[in-house]
Amino acid sequence: MWDRDQMAARAAKELEDGMYVNLGIGIPTLVSNYIPEGINVTLQSENGMLGMGPFPLEGEEDSDLINAGKQTITELPQTAYFDSATSFGMIRGGKIAMAILGAMEVAENGDLANWMIPGKLVKGMGGAMDLVSGVGRVIVVMDHTNKHGESKLLKECTLPLTGKSVVDRIITNLGVLDVVSGGLEIIECADEISEQEIRSATEAKIVN
Amino acid sequence: MQKVYGTAGEALKGLLFDGMFIASGGFGLCGIPEILLQAIKDAGAKNLTFASNNAGVDDFGIGILLESRQVKKMISSYVGENAEFMRQYLSGELELEFNPQGTLAERMRAAGCGIPGFYTKTGVGTIIADGKEHKDFNGETYILEESLFADLSIIKAWKADETGNLIFRKTARNFNPPAAMCGKVCVVEVEEIVPTGSLDPDLIHLPGIYVHRIIQGEHEKRIEQRTTRPAA
Repeated sequence: MWDRDQMAARAAKELEDGMYVNLGIGIPTLVSNYIPEGINVTLQSENGMLGMGPFPLEGEEDSDLINAGKQTITELPQTAYFDSATSFGMIRGGKIAMAILGAMEVAENGDLANWMIPGKLVKGMGGAMDLVSGVGRVIVVMDHTNKHGESKLLKECTLPLTGKSVVDRIITNLGVLDVVSGGLEIIECADEISEQEIRSATEAKIVN
Repeated sequence: MQKVYGTAGEALKGLLFDGMFIASGGFGLCGIPEILLQAIKDAGAKNLTFASNNAGVDDFGIGILLESRQVKKMISSYVGENAEFMRQYLSGELELEFNPQGTLAERMRAAGCGIPGFYTKTGVGTIIADGKEHKDFNGETYILEESLFADLSIIKAWKADETGNLIFRKTARNFNPPAAMCGKVCVVEVEEIVPTGSLDPDLIHLPGIYVHRIIQGEHEKRIEQRTTRPAA
Protein backbone atom coordinates (compact mmCIF):
# COMPACT_ATOMS: atom_id res chain seq x y z
CA MET A 1 0.00 0.00 0.00
CA TRP A 2 1.18 3.54 -0.77
CA ASP A 3 1.20 6.39 1.74
CA ARG A 4 0.46 10.02 0.81
CA ASP A 5 4.02 10.70 -0.30
CA GLN A 6 4.22 7.52 -2.36
CA MET A 7 0.94 8.41 -4.06
CA ALA A 8 2.33 11.88 -4.82
CA ALA A 9 5.57 10.34 -6.12
CA ARG A 10 3.58 8.00 -8.38
CA ALA A 11 1.50 10.94 -9.66
CA ALA A 12 4.73 12.84 -10.42
CA LYS A 13 5.63 10.10 -12.92
CA GLU A 14 2.71 11.32 -15.05
CA LEU A 15 4.58 14.57 -15.71
CA GLU A 16 6.34 15.06 -19.03
CA ASP A 17 9.05 17.54 -19.90
CA GLY A 18 7.66 20.92 -20.94
CA MET A 19 4.19 20.41 -19.52
CA TYR A 20 2.06 23.18 -18.02
CA VAL A 21 0.30 21.60 -15.03
CA ASN A 22 -2.20 22.59 -12.34
CA LEU A 23 -1.90 20.87 -8.95
CA GLY A 24 -4.85 20.81 -6.54
CA ILE A 25 -4.83 21.15 -2.77
CA GLY A 26 -3.81 18.23 -0.49
CA ILE A 27 -1.79 15.26 -1.79
CA PRO A 28 -1.57 16.84 -5.29
CA THR A 29 0.42 19.73 -3.78
CA LEU A 30 3.02 17.18 -2.63
CA VAL A 31 3.58 16.12 -6.26
CA SER A 32 5.89 19.11 -6.77
CA ASN A 33 8.33 17.51 -4.27
CA TYR A 34 8.77 14.48 -6.57
CA ILE A 35 9.20 15.93 -10.06
CA PRO A 36 11.70 13.55 -11.74
CA GLU A 37 15.24 14.67 -12.63
CA GLY A 38 15.42 16.15 -16.12
CA ILE A 39 11.68 16.88 -16.30
CA ASN A 40 10.84 20.57 -16.38
CA VAL A 41 7.22 21.39 -15.74
CA THR A 42 5.60 24.79 -15.21
CA LEU A 43 3.04 24.90 -12.42
CA GLN A 44 -0.03 27.05 -12.88
CA SER A 45 -1.81 28.68 -9.96
CA GLU A 46 -5.28 29.54 -11.21
CA ASN A 47 -5.42 32.83 -9.30
CA GLY A 48 -3.13 34.16 -12.00
CA MET A 49 0.39 32.75 -12.23
CA LEU A 50 2.50 30.40 -14.31
CA GLY A 51 5.82 29.28 -12.84
CA MET A 52 4.94 28.81 -9.18
CA GLY A 53 7.97 28.54 -6.90
CA PRO A 54 8.34 27.00 -3.41
CA PHE A 55 7.06 28.47 -0.15
CA PRO A 56 9.09 31.51 0.94
CA LEU A 57 11.66 31.56 3.73
CA GLU A 58 10.42 33.11 6.93
CA GLY A 59 10.55 36.89 6.58
CA GLU A 60 10.25 36.75 2.78
CA GLU A 61 6.47 36.32 2.64
CA ASP A 62 4.73 38.73 0.25
CA SER A 63 1.00 39.39 0.71
CA ASP A 64 0.72 40.01 -3.05
CA LEU A 65 2.08 36.55 -3.91
CA ILE A 66 -0.15 33.61 -3.02
CA ASN A 67 -1.30 30.34 -4.57
CA ALA A 68 -4.87 29.18 -5.15
CA GLY A 69 -4.93 27.80 -1.59
CA LYS A 70 -4.13 31.36 -0.39
CA GLN A 71 -0.69 30.23 0.88
CA THR A 72 2.31 32.51 0.47
CA ILE A 73 4.61 31.30 -2.34
CA THR A 74 7.55 32.58 -4.41
CA GLU A 75 8.24 33.27 -8.07
CA LEU A 76 10.78 31.73 -10.44
CA PRO A 77 12.81 33.20 -13.34
CA GLN A 78 10.16 32.05 -15.84
CA THR A 79 7.15 33.28 -13.82
CA ALA A 80 4.37 35.21 -15.54
CA TYR A 81 1.36 36.87 -13.87
CA PHE A 82 -2.05 37.51 -15.43
CA ASP A 83 -5.64 38.18 -14.43
CA SER A 84 -8.27 35.57 -13.52
CA ALA A 85 -10.11 35.79 -16.86
CA THR A 86 -6.86 35.09 -18.73
CA SER A 87 -5.99 32.33 -16.26
CA PHE A 88 -9.24 30.48 -16.85
CA GLY A 89 -9.01 31.27 -20.54
CA MET A 90 -5.88 29.10 -20.72
CA ILE A 91 -7.64 26.43 -18.64
CA ARG A 92 -10.88 26.48 -20.65
CA GLY A 93 -8.90 26.73 -23.87
CA GLY A 94 -7.10 23.44 -23.22
CA LYS A 95 -3.64 25.00 -22.90
CA ILE A 96 -2.99 23.39 -19.51
CA ALA A 97 -1.86 19.84 -20.25
CA MET A 98 -2.85 18.23 -16.98
CA ALA A 99 -4.61 18.75 -13.68
CA ILE A 100 -3.85 16.55 -10.67
CA LEU A 101 -6.52 16.84 -8.01
CA GLY A 102 -8.25 15.11 -5.11
CA ALA A 103 -11.77 13.63 -5.12
CA MET A 104 -14.55 12.32 -2.91
CA GLU A 105 -15.91 9.94 -5.57
CA VAL A 106 -15.06 8.83 -9.11
CA ALA A 107 -17.45 6.78 -11.25
CA GLU A 108 -16.54 4.09 -13.78
CA ASN A 109 -17.45 6.47 -16.64
CA GLY A 110 -15.07 9.16 -15.34
CA ASP A 111 -17.64 11.27 -13.50
CA LEU A 112 -16.00 13.21 -10.68
CA ALA A 113 -17.46 14.51 -7.40
CA ASN A 114 -15.24 16.63 -5.19
CA TRP A 115 -17.00 19.83 -4.18
CA MET A 116 -20.23 19.29 -2.28
CA ILE A 117 -21.85 17.01 0.28
CA PRO A 118 -25.59 17.78 0.50
CA GLY A 119 -26.60 18.71 4.04
CA LYS A 120 -23.05 19.64 4.96
CA LEU A 121 -21.36 23.00 4.81
CA VAL A 122 -20.68 23.86 1.16
CA LYS A 123 -17.69 26.09 0.61
CA GLY A 124 -17.91 26.25 -3.19
CA MET A 125 -16.34 24.68 -6.25
CA GLY A 126 -13.64 27.31 -6.71
CA GLY A 127 -11.91 26.53 -10.00
CA ALA A 128 -12.43 22.76 -9.95
CA MET A 129 -15.29 22.63 -12.48
CA ASP A 130 -13.38 24.82 -14.93
CA LEU A 131 -10.22 22.74 -14.54
CA VAL A 132 -11.75 19.29 -15.02
CA SER A 133 -13.73 20.34 -18.09
CA GLY A 134 -10.90 22.34 -19.63
CA VAL A 135 -7.48 20.75 -19.20
CA GLY A 136 -6.02 18.06 -21.44
CA ARG A 137 -5.80 15.25 -18.90
CA VAL A 138 -7.35 14.85 -15.43
CA ILE A 139 -5.53 12.71 -12.86
CA VAL A 140 -7.28 12.03 -9.54
CA VAL A 141 -5.19 11.20 -6.48
CA MET A 142 -7.22 9.90 -3.53
CA ASP A 143 -7.61 7.07 -1.05
CA HIS A 144 -9.25 4.01 -2.59
CA THR A 145 -11.86 3.77 0.18
CA ASN A 146 -13.50 6.21 2.60
CA LYS A 147 -13.14 6.12 6.36
CA HIS A 148 -15.89 3.49 6.58
CA GLY A 149 -13.91 1.24 4.22
CA GLU A 150 -16.35 1.81 1.33
CA SER A 151 -15.10 2.15 -2.23
CA LYS A 152 -14.69 5.69 -3.58
CA LEU A 153 -14.55 4.23 -7.11
CA LEU A 154 -18.23 3.74 -7.86
CA LYS A 155 -20.60 2.58 -10.59
CA GLU A 156 -22.24 6.01 -10.28
CA CYS A 157 -21.37 8.99 -8.11
CA THR A 158 -23.81 9.63 -5.25
CA LEU A 159 -22.63 13.21 -4.63
CA PRO A 160 -23.29 16.22 -6.90
CA LEU A 161 -20.83 16.16 -9.79
CA THR A 162 -17.90 18.47 -10.43
CA GLY A 163 -17.62 17.17 -13.99
CA LYS A 164 -19.20 14.56 -16.25
CA SER A 165 -16.88 11.92 -17.79
CA VAL A 166 -13.79 14.00 -17.10
CA VAL A 167 -11.35 11.71 -15.22
CA ASP A 168 -8.62 9.94 -17.22
CA ARG A 169 -6.56 8.22 -14.50
CA ILE A 170 -6.99 7.48 -10.77
CA ILE A 171 -4.02 7.01 -8.44
CA THR A 172 -5.01 5.57 -5.05
CA ASN A 173 -3.20 4.05 -2.09
CA LEU A 174 -3.85 0.63 -3.74
CA GLY A 175 -2.74 1.34 -7.30
CA VAL A 176 -3.38 3.04 -10.63
CA LEU A 177 -6.55 2.67 -12.70
CA ASP A 178 -7.57 4.19 -16.03
CA VAL A 179 -11.06 5.14 -17.14
CA VAL A 180 -11.59 3.17 -20.36
CA SER A 181 -14.56 2.14 -22.48
CA GLY A 182 -16.92 0.13 -20.26
CA GLY A 183 -15.25 0.74 -16.88
CA LEU A 184 -11.89 0.96 -15.13
CA GLU A 185 -8.69 -0.81 -16.11
CA ILE A 186 -6.04 -1.71 -13.54
CA ILE A 187 -2.73 -0.26 -14.75
CA GLU A 188 -0.53 -0.86 -11.74
CA CYS A 189 -0.71 -2.25 -8.21
CA ALA A 190 0.80 -0.48 -5.19
CA ASP A 191 3.60 -2.17 -3.24
CA GLU A 192 2.42 -5.51 -1.80
CA ILE A 193 -1.10 -5.07 -3.18
CA SER A 194 -2.58 -7.67 -5.55
CA GLU A 195 -5.00 -7.09 -8.41
CA GLN A 196 -7.50 -9.15 -6.42
CA GLU A 197 -7.22 -6.76 -3.48
CA ILE A 198 -7.92 -3.82 -5.80
CA ARG A 199 -10.93 -5.65 -7.27
CA SER A 200 -12.45 -6.42 -3.90
CA ALA A 201 -11.99 -2.80 -2.73
CA THR A 202 -13.62 -1.39 -5.89
CA GLU A 203 -17.35 -1.03 -6.56
CA ALA A 204 -16.85 0.29 -10.10
CA LYS A 205 -16.66 -2.24 -12.93
CA ILE A 206 -13.12 -3.38 -13.70
CA VAL A 207 -12.76 -4.44 -17.31
CA ASN A 208 -9.39 -6.25 -17.38
CA MET B 1 -11.46 65.27 -16.36
CA GLN B 2 -10.22 64.94 -12.82
CA LYS B 3 -10.11 61.28 -11.77
CA VAL B 4 -8.10 61.59 -8.56
CA TYR B 5 -10.10 61.97 -5.34
CA GLY B 6 -8.87 62.71 -1.83
CA THR B 7 -10.71 60.00 0.11
CA ALA B 8 -12.69 56.82 -0.53
CA GLY B 9 -15.84 58.52 0.74
CA GLU B 10 -15.44 61.35 -1.79
CA ALA B 11 -14.68 58.90 -4.60
CA LEU B 12 -17.88 56.93 -3.90
CA LYS B 13 -20.07 60.03 -3.52
CA GLY B 14 -23.19 59.83 -5.69
CA LEU B 15 -22.44 56.25 -6.78
CA LEU B 16 -24.01 54.19 -3.98
CA PHE B 17 -27.68 53.25 -3.62
CA ASP B 18 -29.64 50.54 -1.83
CA GLY B 19 -30.12 47.34 -3.82
CA MET B 20 -27.22 48.00 -6.18
CA PHE B 21 -24.94 45.43 -7.82
CA ILE B 22 -21.21 45.80 -7.13
CA ALA B 23 -18.36 43.81 -8.70
CA SER B 24 -15.26 43.56 -6.52
CA GLY B 25 -11.73 42.47 -7.37
CA GLY B 26 -9.51 40.28 -5.22
CA PHE B 27 -8.79 36.63 -4.53
CA GLY B 28 -9.08 35.61 -0.91
CA LEU B 29 -7.67 38.66 0.89
CA CYS B 30 -5.11 39.30 -1.87
CA GLY B 31 -5.71 42.41 -3.97
CA ILE B 32 -9.05 43.31 -2.40
CA PRO B 33 -10.26 46.93 -2.39
CA GLU B 34 -10.08 47.08 1.40
CA ILE B 35 -10.37 50.87 1.72
CA LEU B 36 -13.40 51.13 -0.59
CA LEU B 37 -15.17 48.27 1.22
CA GLN B 38 -14.72 50.14 4.51
CA ALA B 39 -16.10 53.31 2.87
CA ILE B 40 -19.17 51.42 1.61
CA LYS B 41 -19.71 50.19 5.15
CA ASP B 42 -19.44 53.75 6.45
CA ALA B 43 -21.84 55.05 3.77
CA GLY B 44 -24.42 52.46 4.87
CA ALA B 45 -25.84 51.37 1.48
CA LYS B 46 -27.99 48.26 2.02
CA ASN B 47 -29.34 45.19 0.17
CA LEU B 48 -26.17 44.99 -1.89
CA THR B 49 -25.39 42.22 -4.36
CA PHE B 50 -21.69 41.48 -4.68
CA ALA B 51 -19.94 39.58 -7.44
CA SER B 52 -16.66 38.64 -5.77
CA ASN B 53 -14.70 35.41 -5.92
CA ASN B 54 -14.66 35.17 -2.12
CA ALA B 55 -16.45 36.77 0.80
CA GLY B 56 -13.49 37.87 2.92
CA VAL B 57 -13.02 36.78 6.52
CA ASP B 58 -15.09 37.81 9.51
CA ASP B 59 -13.39 41.14 10.16
CA PHE B 60 -11.78 41.98 6.81
CA GLY B 61 -12.80 42.42 3.21
CA ILE B 62 -16.46 41.88 2.36
CA GLY B 63 -16.77 40.29 5.81
CA ILE B 64 -17.15 43.74 7.35
CA LEU B 65 -20.25 44.37 5.18
CA LEU B 66 -21.72 41.02 6.15
CA GLU B 67 -21.22 41.90 9.79
CA SER B 68 -23.23 45.10 9.28
CA ARG B 69 -25.93 43.22 7.28
CA GLN B 70 -25.49 45.35 4.16
CA VAL B 71 -25.22 42.39 1.77
CA LYS B 72 -28.29 40.68 0.30
CA LYS B 73 -26.61 38.36 -2.18
CA MET B 74 -23.15 37.02 -3.03
CA ILE B 75 -22.08 35.66 -6.43
CA SER B 76 -18.87 33.75 -5.61
CA SER B 77 -16.90 30.59 -6.30
CA TYR B 78 -15.60 29.85 -2.80
CA VAL B 79 -16.76 31.22 0.55
CA GLY B 80 -15.22 28.85 3.07
CA GLU B 81 -13.30 31.24 5.30
CA ASN B 82 -16.09 33.29 6.85
CA ALA B 83 -18.13 32.12 9.86
CA GLU B 84 -20.59 35.05 9.81
CA PHE B 85 -21.21 34.41 6.11
CA MET B 86 -22.10 30.79 6.85
CA ARG B 87 -24.36 31.78 9.73
CA GLN B 88 -26.33 34.24 7.56
CA TYR B 89 -26.45 31.83 4.63
CA LEU B 90 -27.68 28.86 6.66
CA SER B 91 -30.33 31.02 8.38
CA GLY B 92 -31.61 32.23 4.98
CA GLU B 93 -30.67 35.89 5.53
CA LEU B 94 -28.17 35.85 2.68
CA GLU B 95 -28.60 34.63 -0.89
CA LEU B 96 -25.69 32.82 -2.48
CA GLU B 97 -25.08 32.00 -6.13
CA PHE B 98 -22.10 29.70 -6.64
CA ASN B 99 -20.25 30.20 -9.90
CA PRO B 100 -17.28 28.18 -11.13
CA GLN B 101 -14.30 30.50 -10.75
CA GLY B 102 -13.49 30.79 -14.44
CA THR B 103 -17.14 31.27 -15.33
CA LEU B 104 -17.33 34.12 -12.79
CA ALA B 105 -14.22 35.79 -14.24
CA GLU B 106 -15.49 35.42 -17.81
CA ARG B 107 -18.99 36.71 -16.91
CA MET B 108 -17.24 39.90 -15.74
CA ARG B 109 -14.81 40.15 -18.66
CA ALA B 110 -17.50 39.47 -21.26
CA ALA B 111 -19.81 42.14 -19.81
CA GLY B 112 -16.98 44.66 -20.11
CA CYS B 113 -16.53 43.66 -23.75
CA GLY B 114 -20.21 44.07 -24.62
CA ILE B 115 -20.81 40.32 -24.85
CA PRO B 116 -24.07 39.47 -23.02
CA GLY B 117 -23.43 35.72 -22.76
CA PHE B 118 -21.08 32.94 -23.78
CA TYR B 119 -21.05 29.17 -24.09
CA THR B 120 -18.75 27.07 -21.91
CA LYS B 121 -18.18 23.39 -21.16
CA THR B 122 -17.62 24.22 -17.49
CA GLY B 123 -20.41 22.74 -15.39
CA VAL B 124 -22.07 20.63 -18.11
CA GLY B 125 -23.70 17.63 -16.41
CA THR B 126 -23.62 19.30 -12.97
CA ILE B 127 -26.19 21.27 -10.96
CA ILE B 128 -24.61 24.46 -12.35
CA ALA B 129 -26.14 23.59 -15.74
CA ASP B 130 -29.70 23.24 -14.39
CA GLY B 131 -32.09 25.54 -16.25
CA LYS B 132 -29.41 26.86 -18.62
CA GLU B 133 -29.54 26.64 -22.41
CA HIS B 134 -27.47 23.74 -23.80
CA LYS B 135 -26.00 23.86 -27.28
CA ASP B 136 -23.72 21.52 -29.20
CA PHE B 137 -20.68 22.78 -31.11
CA ASN B 138 -18.53 20.30 -33.05
CA GLY B 139 -20.05 17.35 -31.20
CA GLU B 140 -19.52 18.73 -27.70
CA THR B 141 -22.15 20.16 -25.36
CA TYR B 142 -21.85 23.65 -23.88
CA ILE B 143 -24.05 25.75 -21.59
CA LEU B 144 -24.96 29.41 -21.94
CA GLU B 145 -23.68 31.68 -19.15
CA GLU B 146 -24.90 35.26 -19.01
CA SER B 147 -22.54 38.15 -18.36
CA LEU B 148 -22.51 40.26 -15.19
CA PHE B 149 -23.23 43.94 -15.81
CA ALA B 150 -22.54 45.74 -12.53
CA ASP B 151 -23.64 49.18 -11.35
CA LEU B 152 -20.23 49.77 -9.79
CA SER B 153 -16.78 48.18 -9.89
CA ILE B 154 -14.42 48.50 -6.93
CA ILE B 155 -10.87 47.29 -7.40
CA LYS B 156 -7.36 47.53 -6.03
CA ALA B 157 -4.19 48.11 -8.06
CA TRP B 158 -0.56 48.78 -7.19
CA LYS B 159 0.04 52.00 -9.13
CA ALA B 160 -2.09 54.37 -11.16
CA ASP B 161 -1.21 57.44 -13.13
CA GLU B 162 -3.56 60.43 -12.98
CA THR B 163 -5.47 59.20 -16.06
CA GLY B 164 -6.21 55.81 -14.46
CA ASN B 165 -3.73 53.64 -16.32
CA LEU B 166 -3.08 50.79 -13.88
CA ILE B 167 -0.30 48.42 -12.92
CA PHE B 168 -0.98 45.49 -10.62
CA ARG B 169 1.57 43.56 -8.57
CA LYS B 170 2.10 39.77 -8.72
CA THR B 171 -0.98 37.64 -7.94
CA ALA B 172 -2.85 40.67 -6.53
CA ARG B 173 -4.01 41.26 -10.12
CA ASN B 174 -6.44 38.28 -10.09
CA PHE B 175 -10.08 39.40 -10.49
CA ASN B 176 -9.31 43.12 -10.52
CA PRO B 177 -9.13 43.70 -14.30
CA PRO B 178 -12.31 41.74 -15.17
CA ALA B 179 -14.16 43.29 -12.21
CA ALA B 180 -13.06 46.75 -13.36
CA MET B 181 -14.37 46.11 -16.86
CA CYS B 182 -17.91 44.99 -15.98
CA GLY B 183 -19.18 48.06 -14.08
CA LYS B 184 -20.83 51.25 -15.33
CA VAL B 185 -18.39 53.12 -13.09
CA CYS B 186 -15.08 51.84 -11.73
CA VAL B 187 -13.39 53.18 -8.61
CA VAL B 188 -9.84 52.01 -7.93
CA GLU B 189 -7.71 52.26 -4.82
CA VAL B 190 -3.95 52.14 -5.29
CA GLU B 191 -0.84 52.16 -3.18
CA GLU B 192 0.66 54.99 -5.21
CA ILE B 193 -0.59 57.55 -7.72
CA VAL B 194 2.26 58.61 -9.99
CA PRO B 195 2.39 61.54 -12.44
CA THR B 196 0.97 60.89 -15.89
CA GLY B 197 3.84 59.98 -18.19
CA SER B 198 5.90 58.17 -15.57
CA LEU B 199 4.50 54.68 -16.35
CA ASP B 200 5.84 52.87 -19.40
CA PRO B 201 2.88 52.74 -21.85
CA ASP B 202 4.02 49.27 -22.98
CA LEU B 203 3.65 47.94 -19.45
CA ILE B 204 0.14 49.15 -18.54
CA HIS B 205 -2.00 46.19 -17.34
CA LEU B 206 -5.37 47.96 -17.53
CA PRO B 207 -5.80 51.16 -19.56
CA GLY B 208 -7.45 54.14 -17.92
CA ILE B 209 -10.54 53.96 -20.12
CA TYR B 210 -11.89 51.43 -17.59
CA VAL B 211 -11.11 53.62 -14.56
CA HIS B 212 -13.23 56.62 -13.52
CA ARG B 213 -12.15 57.51 -10.00
CA ILE B 214 -8.86 56.91 -8.17
CA ILE B 215 -7.77 57.12 -4.56
CA GLN B 216 -4.44 56.45 -2.92
CA GLY B 217 -4.31 54.89 0.53
CA GLU B 218 -2.51 52.80 3.10
CA HIS B 219 -3.25 49.09 2.72
CA GLU B 220 -3.10 46.48 5.45
CA LYS B 221 -2.70 43.70 2.84
CA ARG B 222 -3.41 40.92 5.31
CA ILE B 223 -2.01 37.41 4.65
CA GLU B 224 -4.59 34.62 4.95
CA GLN B 225 -2.31 31.53 5.02
CA ARG B 226 1.24 32.46 5.95
CA THR B 227 3.28 29.46 4.78
CA THR B 228 7.07 29.19 4.80
CA ARG B 229 9.75 26.61 4.10
CA PRO B 230 12.56 25.86 6.55
CA ALA B 231 15.92 27.48 5.85
CA ALA B 232 18.26 24.95 4.19
